Amino acid sequence: MEWLIFVPAACLALAGGIGVIASRQPVHSALSLLVVLAALAVTYLLLAAQFIAVLQVIVYAGAIVVLFLFVIMLLHARRGEGSREKLPRQRAAAIVFGAVYLVVLAVAVLAAAGPFAQVEPDFGTAQRVGQSLFGTYVLPFELASIILLVGMIAAVVLGRRPSGEEPR
Amino acid sequence: MVPPGAYLLLSAVLFVLGTVGVLVRRNALIIFMAVELMLNSVNLAFVTFARQLGTVDGQVIVFFVLVVAAVEVVVGLALIVDIFRSRDSVDIDDVDLLRG
Repeated sequence: MEWLIFVPAACLALAGGIGVIASRQPVHSALSLLVVLAALAVTYLLLAAQFIAVLQVIVYAGAIVVLFLFVIMLLHARRGEGSREKLPRQRAAAIVFGAVYLVVLAVAVLAAAGPFAQVEPDFGTAQRVGQSLFGTYVLPFELASIILLVGMIAAVVLGRRPSGEEPR
Repeated sequence: MVPPGAYLLLSAVLFVLGTVGVLVRRNALIIFMAVELMLNSVNLAFVTFARQLGTVDGQVIVFFVLVVAAVEVVVGLALIVDIFRSRDSVDIDDVDLLRG
């Protein structure tokens, strides 16, 4: 029964992943990324991670992809990419490397795969994750807020126009 | 019941897709999206292992990955906008002043 949900979600995720790296237009890449994120949220639900699935939709789909779309809009990025290739044969080398890497990764993760443990019905709810977050992981949680602050300051500083430059 | 191996295999394939994307593409924005793809595939592996081991710790780590990814996107996109302002291009082959 779970296969009926997993297989379409996995196919969507793979199609979206190919779309991200193969699209000519950055906008299509961003929308493919959105498809991947939504499909992965479905697999999180299958894995009893309700809280993470919701977070995925809110933070990734709601904030990060929208940020990407805004920047694409601002940059009116030129179509396609330049014609000159600085590293010849990089594309072929990357694909060969990717194939080898996939085999290595697949062997490694399949060696680590075991049967699923029995879990209580409330596994992965906001309550359970929150208890862990504010118990064992309270210090990393506080550090995360500092990282967010640093990111905010960095974005303001980097986005500021140097003084003396007139707006375009 | 879908075995953990299926989820882990999906995660591995997505990670490799992201890696190939970083190596093949030259538009900085698309490279950035490929990095996001890799982060997401690792998140899937974390959630799978959390379910396999029956502990919620893996999901907490995914939470932190989400936070770091959000900050990374904000800073990275600010850098890309800055580079675009000064060079009128987001092609990473145009930004090679530090090349050895």
